[in-house]
Amino acid sequence: MNKPDEIQLRLLREVADLHDIPEGAYNIRANGESAGRRSTENIEIISKTDVSGLEIHIKPGTKKESVHIPVVMTQTGLKEVVYNDFFIGEDAEVVIVAGCGIDNCGPKDSEHDGIHRFYVGKNAKVRYVEKHYGSGDGTGKRILNPGTEVYQEEGSSVEMEMVQIKGVDDTIRTTTAELAAGAKLVVRERLMTHGEQNAVSTYVINLNGEGSSADVVSRSVARDSSFQKFDAKIVGSAACSGHTECDSIIMDNGRILAVPGLEANSVDAALVHEAAIGKIAGDQIIKLMTLGLTEAEAEEQIINGFLR
Amino acid sequence: MLELKNISFMVDSEGADKEIIRDISLTIPDRKMVVVTGPNGGGKSTLARLIAGIEKPTSGKILLNGEDITDKSITERANLGIGFAFQQPVRFKGIRVIDLIRLASGNRRMSIANACEYLSAVGLCAMDYIDREVNSSLSGGELKRIEIATVIARATKLSVFDEPEAGIDLWSFQNLIEVFRRLRENIEDSSIMIISHQERILNIADEIVVLKDGVVEKQGPREEILPGLLGTASAVESCRMAQ
Repeated sequence: MNKPDEIQLRLLREVADLHDIPEGAYNIRANGESAGRRSTENIEIISKTDVSGLEIHIKPGTKKESVHIPVVMTQTGLKEVVYNDFFIGEDAEVVIVAGCGIDNCGPKDSEHDGIHRFYVGKNAKVRYVEKHYGSGDGTGKRILNPGTEVYQEEGSSVEMEMVQIKGVDDTIRTTTAELAAGAKLVVRERLMTHGEQNAVSTYVINLNGEGSSADVVSRSVARDSSFQKFDAKIVGSAACSGHTECDSIIMDNGRILAVPGLEANSVDAALVHEAAIGKIAGDQIIKLMTLGLTEAEAEEQIINGFLR
Repeated sequence: MLELKNISFMVDSEGADKEIIRDISLTIPDRKMVVVTGPNGGGKSTLARLIAGIEKPTSGKILLNGEDITDKSITERANLGIGFAFQQPVRFKGIRVIDLIRLASGNRRMSIANACEYLSAVGLCAMDYIDREVNSSLSGGELKRIEIATVIARATKLSVFDEPEAGIDLWSFQNLIEVFRRLRENIEDSSIMIISHQERILNIADEIVVLKDGVVEKQGPREEILPGLLGTASAVESCRMAQ
């Protein structure tokens, strides 16, 4: 096991707000190897044997515990695909913090593709936080392609917060979910792209059970010459409610494509989508300028607030 | 003290020049509350925007305490001490009331307790609002009061309020009069300009300016100007009653 170096510690702070070894269960992956792991009485983390990745087993009824599984990469040219499976027992209540930071100072592309599968037991409650961050001045790209699959049993609830604010050159994010009766999924995605970056975020949420609900809200900012695609589809096959919202600020020569999709296979499915793309409103900038901010400071405040 | 010297402002209206403000010269003295009134379309809001720097005059000069600020930007004017409350306050997604008050005061670390004082000053129950986002979940009246709080928090030499009563219900308006009365009491070395149609705001003015068709029609101490204005209003009212 290797102790994380200074750059890795900085990345850990960015992606998991970790200033020290986290409390509770954790696994820190640095440059493809485990740099620390702890299981607890209720949460067991074991390595997969067939592919790279982890199995995280959370016992039924576990309350108020957390799992941190951050990934940091500082080696240029490293490319990895990691499969992490979470088995969350009935009635458990847990916080799961994932996230990946790449620092690429070299000429080769660095890529981490994290495939996360969540099997959420009956009435379990999960809060999942995933932050992505890139840094380093190498010519190699920093690439993150997260895949998230969520399988929710009756009455379970999953809240996901996905954040990618800076430094990731290419990302294709794919999230799928299957919800049984009474299950609830809330997704809050915040994304900012700059430079020549590309980000594609695709959701397919299947509301299969009666009384299931999903609320997917993306707030994003595309600056410079970056490109974003937000493609969110909710399929309602029972008496259910679904809502998707894409709210975007476009700047400079940025481009955004929003593709909201709704599919109702039941007369009792109530599905709504909203999408809005626009530049920062001029009167917002003027208001902040009348408070003494420069135009650039005003823009920064508006974007910071928007992506909060 | 703010001085406007021969200010004109033209806009392009369907290919022809339209003069919104015509050669206005006006002084807002220190320690005075000046209320600008007059019919809609007379140029009142434009005048306020010219003072804040949101619009630039076609000709003429604007002086703040003797310094020519005609070519200064909105930001520069704000930092020289001009505050401006919008007629229609701006909404922001994600920016909270506390953020806006901190930005306004220039003290990014202002304590919540201190920020709450500004909200209380405009009659809002501070703890209910301080963490709210300045977004569409706030009513017009709430936004308006927060807007006024941001101007108070700036502690400016000249505060300009563009129709503070617009969009406010009668109940909130009672409180608003009190807010302006207090501002007048604590005016010290600053000055206040309010654009308003409301008799109760005109009633607390030191001076009244009547703006019509882009020119100053009347100007003077409240005691001189107000009776004439109210006379017109009551005459109109009695005609209506007679019909």
